[in-house]
Amino acid sequence: MAEKLLIPLYDNDVAPRFDLATEVCIVNIVRRPDGTSRADEKVVVLPEASADELCQLIIADGMDAVICSAIEEEYHQYLTWKKVAVFDNVLGPVDKVLQRFLEGDLESGSILFPNSND
Amino acid sequence: MESLGTITGLTLEQLNLAPFLDEVPVGLAVLDGNGRVLLVNRAYKTLVGFGTEDVRGLPCLHALRCRFCLQGCRVLKGIREFEPVTRETDIINIDRQRIPIRLTVAPIHDAEGNPSGYLETVQDMRQITELSSQASRAYSLGGLVGNSPEMEKIFQMLPGIARTDSSVLITGETGTGKDVLAEVIHQNSDRANGPFVKVNCGALPETLLESELFGHTKGAFTGAVEDKPGRFRMAHGGTLFLTEIGDLPIPLQVKLLSFLDDKVIYPLGSTSGFHADVRVICATHRNLREMVKEKRFREDLLFRLNVVRFHLPPLRERGEDIGLLVNHFLSTFNERFHKDIKGFSDRAKRRLALYRFPGNVRELRNIIEYAVNFCREHEIRLSHLPEYLADVEAETAIASPAEAEREASGLPAGDTPSTWEGLEKRMIMDALFRAGGRKGRAAEILGWGRSTLWRKMKTHGLSE
Repeated sequence: MAEKLLIPLYDNDVAPRFDLATEVCIVNIVRRPDGTSRADEKVVVLPEASADELCQLIIADGMDAVICSAIEEEYHQYLTWKKVAVFDNVLGPVDKVLQRFLEGDLESGSILFPNSND
Repeated sequence: MESLGTITGLTLEQLNLAPFLDEVPVGLAVLDGNGRVLLVNRAYKTLVGFGTEDVRGLPCLHALRCRFCLQGCRVLKGIREFEPVTRETDIINIDRQRIPIRLTVAPIHDAEGNPSGYLETVQDMRQITELSSQASRAYSLGGLVGNSPEMEKIFQMLPGIARTDSSVLITGETGTGKDVLAEVIHQNSDRANGPFVKVNCGALPETLLESELFGHTKGAFTGAVEDKPGRFRMAHGGTLFLTEIGDLPIPLQVKLLSFLDDKVIYPLGSTSGFHADVRVICATHRNLREMVKEKRFREDLLFRLNVVRFHLPPLRERGEDIGLLVNHFLSTFNERFHKDIKGFSDRAKRRLALYRFPGNVRELRNIIEYAVNFCREHEIRLSHLPEYLADVEAETAIASPAEAEREASGLPAGDTPSTWEGLEKRMIMDALFRAGGRKGRAAEILGWGRSTLWRKMKTHGLSE
């Protein structure tokens, strides 16, 4: 089963703000029947930081899920309404976050920076 | 880490830094030389939403999530020495609210004058921003917009009530603006400079909710690795807004009642109480009197909370307010999405006028937002409205023969019920009447299964 995932980026971390992200990581995940999965990542640089444009990109590209840190309620509601799963208040390096997501162990509010409690 | 939190030489005894900073009513964060969070105070935690242990060791931009952090913060650039910088900017907190703030960042120095970290000061600017924009808005108070007699009554009562310290109960259907009203009461009260803390009583299981509300001490239960202040304590000097109070479990109702009596909270695992100076505002879409009858809500708590009660009318009962709100949201979203939409086509207006807005103002706002997003012209047409509104005219067309049939059958129409429960009961009675009392046929008319009809009849007391 294939899944598409978008993570707003700030260096190698999840961007602190959804509306201020100028780079996003788009991940295509293929989950195999044996339980393993393959994730292909690509980084897209956006022309400007805009929560509206980002929402349009997410809908137009048919994303299944978004992992982000701070997102305003109206965008959260809009994406949820459009059947996009939103994992928000996720803090940490993208690799670690993605690994948690692939393991099915990521939830909103996960803090995955080193020295954090999660 | 604990040794970081002491002040020596200021008084005869050594002082703990954390409780000292907690009494400062402005958000404070102490950062190390690399811009990582060492310590935050209570006002910071209330504003941002993260606890001390959540943010300790995090780069400050991930903890505060402030616009300025990403647009030229000197801490991020690694500059150790600079003059204190003050900026008006914004953050998005853990509850997904964008909050305007005044941020000050200043380097701090050790005893020898060497740079050793930074101090961040975060001031909530919501009230000031609100006051400056209030003058330009007619027929509105805070985020509430309305011109109908019901809303005017609320606007007139509100300033007087806000200044008292009485508990307030806000009732109304979902989407009528209970949260907005609670915030307006807080912003217009003497506690406006204090924190406004919101807790959704329906969002957490009972055990977590108790700790969330009243806090716990370290070691109170497995996983309690640090003292947690609890929302009551976080709201000290301000207002605690308990939304969906009808979902508060009975044992916690007792604890809340006890707090309202003596204003003292006892965190889990602690024998000593904390006197919290907190005004409590509650809201619910449920009928608490009915819940009292069903023994699901304590009568004494209802009396205690029901000191002042505001009832927000559903949008369908607010008459011309719908037009006012449509224009208000249109201008809001025009501005936000940089559009120049002048108004609605006649057909779009007609469709909105026919719709009953079960989701009330929130739904209307979402519909306008959707339409403004999808409209590339200067007028919102039918095609720009959400598709589900297309069913409205069809439903109205179907409803009319049913009305005619009911009139012909002699069933009294009566007034339109004001709550969903009332409407549902009416629908069931209508269907039973039309089916000549045959439940199977009535279930078919309603499009429900027999068991659903039976269950709902039992709920509404129609089974026998």
